[in-house]
Amino acid sequence: MEMNPSAMKLSLGPLLYYWSREDTLAFYEQAASWPVDIVYLGESVCSRRHLLRLADWLEVAEKLAAVGKEVVLSTQTLIESESDLKALRKLVADGRFAVEANEWGAVHLLAERGQAFVAGPALNAYNPDTLALLADLGAKRWVPPVEMPRTMLRAMTVPEGMETELFAYGRLPLAFSARCFTARRYNLQKDDCQFRCLDHPDGLTLNTREGEAFLTLNGIQTQSAKVMSLAHRLDELIAQSIAVLRLSPQSRHMDKVVQVWHALVHAQATPQETRNRLEKLMPGSACDGYWLGESGHSYHPDPFSGGAPA
Amino acid sequence: MSAKPLLELICPAGSLPALKSAVDNGADGVYLGLRDNTNARNFAGLNFDAKTLAEGVRYAHTKGTKVLMALNTYPQPATLARWHQAVDTAATSGVDAIILADPGLMAYARKTHPELRLHLSVQGSATSYEAIAFYRERFGIQRAVLPRVLSLPQVENVIAHTDVEIELFGFGGLCVMVEGRCLLSSYACGDSPNTFGACSPGHAVRWQQTGQGMETRLNGILIDRYADDEKAGYPTLCKGRFEVQGETYYALEEPTSLNSLELLPDMARLGVAALKIEGRQRSPAYVAQVTKIWRSAIDVVKKSPQSFQTQPAWMAELAKLSEGSMNTLGAYYRPWK
Repeated sequence: MEMNPSAMKLSLGPLLYYWSREDTLAFYEQAASWPVDIVYLGESVCSRRHLLRLADWLEVAEKLAAVGKEVVLSTQTLIESESDLKALRKLVADGRFAVEANEWGAVHLLAERGQAFVAGPALNAYNPDTLALLADLGAKRWVPPVEMPRTMLRAMTVPEGMETELFAYGRLPLAFSARCFTARRYNLQKDDCQFRCLDHPDGLTLNTREGEAFLTLNGIQTQSAKVMSLAHRLDELIAQSIAVLRLSPQSRHMDKVVQVWHALVHAQATPQETRNRLEKLMPGSACDGYWLGESGHSYHPDPFSGGAPA
Repeated sequence: MSAKPLLELICPAGSLPALKSAVDNGADGVYLGLRDNTNARNFAGLNFDAKTLAEGVRYAHTKGTKVLMALNTYPQPATLARWHQAVDTAATSGVDAIILADPGLMAYARKTHPELRLHLSVQGSATSYEAIAFYRERFGIQRAVLPRVLSLPQVENVIAHTDVEIELFGFGGLCVMVEGRCLLSSYACGDSPNTFGACSPGHAVRWQQTGQGMETRLNGILIDRYADDEKAGYPTLCKGRFEVQGETYYALEEPTSLNSLELLPDMARLGVAALKIEGRQRSPAYVAQVTKIWRSAIDVVKKSPQSFQTQPAWMAELAKLSEGSMNTLGAYYRPWK
C-alpha cells in the first residue's frame, strides 16, 4: 500500500491489554506489514505484566524500525515503587527510540537528558500555557486528554513544530488506580493476581444492573465499554490540523481496522462507509461524545449532528 | 531554614462557618476554594467570594491558623484568565499558600507572584519523587499532596528522596482512582473533576423509587438499586454495584471512607508533614467533630508516639461520620490494592 505524504499519519497506540508473549509478538509481526506510520510499544498500564521485558520490546522496536515504522516507547502511567522508577530510567536511558511520557516524572528525566519526546494523554495538557511548557521541555508531539472536546482543541495554540496526535479509535482509557479491578473480580489481591488479565484480551465488561455495557476493567486501568471512533468526522479532523490519528489495539480484526482507516485518510472510502465498516469490527458499540463536548459515552453517527458547532 | 512541619492538621472549609469550626477546634490549616470551577469542589452553595475570603483569612490568622487556597482544576483556553485572576486574588488576599495541579498555572504563579508559596495538589497525580522533583525544580513547590495510591512503605521511599514536604489524606471520602487521572464522571455525564471541578455532580443525579427498589442514576446510567431494607447512598459512580460476568457487586469500591487514624505513629515516624481531612462539601458540625478528634489524636502522637493507641470513642465517632458508616485504610494498607 502506498503512503500519501499529505495525508494524516496513522499510529498504533500502546497495547493496553495483557496478552501472551506469543500473541503479542505475533501481533507486532503482523503490524510490520500494516499501513501505520508510527507504532507505540511497551507496557504503559501495569508493572506486574512481565511477559515482555524492555529487551524484548526493544527487539520488536528494531524490527519495526527496520521496515520503516517510527517507533515510540511508552512509559508506565502510574509509578508507585522504586522498581517502577528503575524501569523508567532504563527505558529513558536506552535512547535509541523516542519516548512517550505518560507522567511528569518521565518528563523530568527526559528533559534533563535533552531528549525529544511525545507528551502522552495522561499529562493533562488542557491549556496553551502547559502545552508551551511541554514544547520547551522537548515535546515534539502531544496527545490531548481523551475528554478534550473539539472546541477546546481548536482554542489551543499549538507551538510551532509540535504535532497533534488524536486518540481517534478504541476503548477510551478513563482511569488508573492503585487497585487491580481484574484481581478484585476474582477475589485475589493484586500482589497475587495470578495474571488473570491474560484471560481477557479485550478486558472485562462491567455492566449496569440493567445490563447496559458501561465500563471495561483492564487490571488497574478502567476503560469505556464503548469504542470511541471519529472516522465519520474526518473533515473536522482535517480542519483541525491533526497530524496523527491514534488507533488503540484490540485483540481481533486490528489488521482490518487499520486498513479501513488507511482507506479513509487516503480518500479511498467515505467517512460514512468507514463508520459502517468499523462498527462491524468493534468489540463494543461506538461513541464520540467527548469530541462533541458531551458525555463521553454518547454517540452521533451523523457527522452533521450533535454538540456545539465545530 | 526552619524545621519541617510534622503532622499539621489541614481541615476542609467549604464555607465561612466551616472554616470557623475548623479553626476553633484546632486545625493547623484550613483549605478553601473560590465559587467557580477553579477548584475541585465546585458545588452549588459552597466556597468563598471576595468578602467571605477576606473574613476567613482574618479569622484564621487571628487564631494562628494557616489558609490554603485550592486552585486545583485544569485551566482551559477559553477561560484561562479566570484561573490567572484566581491566583492574583489568592496573592492579594494574604493566603499562606495556593494548591495547584496544572504546570502552566504554576508557571504563571511563579512569574507573577514569586513570593507566593506553592503546594502541588493531589489532582497533579504525582506519585513518585521524580515527578515531585519536576515541580520542585521548575516552580519551587514546597509541599506535595500525594494521591491515595501509595502504600506506607512507598510513601516512606518518596519522603526519603525529596526535600518537599509531603501531605497525605487522613480521613474522609476515598477516591479509588488516581486523582487527576479519572474521567469516569465525564464519560457518564460530561463533567469531570479535571475541568468542571466535581465528580458525579448533583445536577446529573436522579433518585427514583421503582418496583425493584430505589434506583440511583447518573445522567440516566443506573449506578445502584437498593432493596427496601438498604440505605440508598449518593451515586458516586465508582461506588455503585455493577455486574461483571454475571456477578453483581461493588466492582470498583464499596461506599466507604478513608480513616488512617491508627497509622498516625507510622506517619509521625516517616516525617509526614501534614494530614488532610477531606470534606469541603460537609457541614460545619461535621468539620468540628472530625477536627476535634484528629487534633486530640495528633497531640497524643506527637507527645508519645510509642504509647499511642486509638481510643474506641474516637473510632466509633469517626465511623458514624463516615459515608456508609464504613472505614478503610485504603492503599496505605497493601492488601486493599
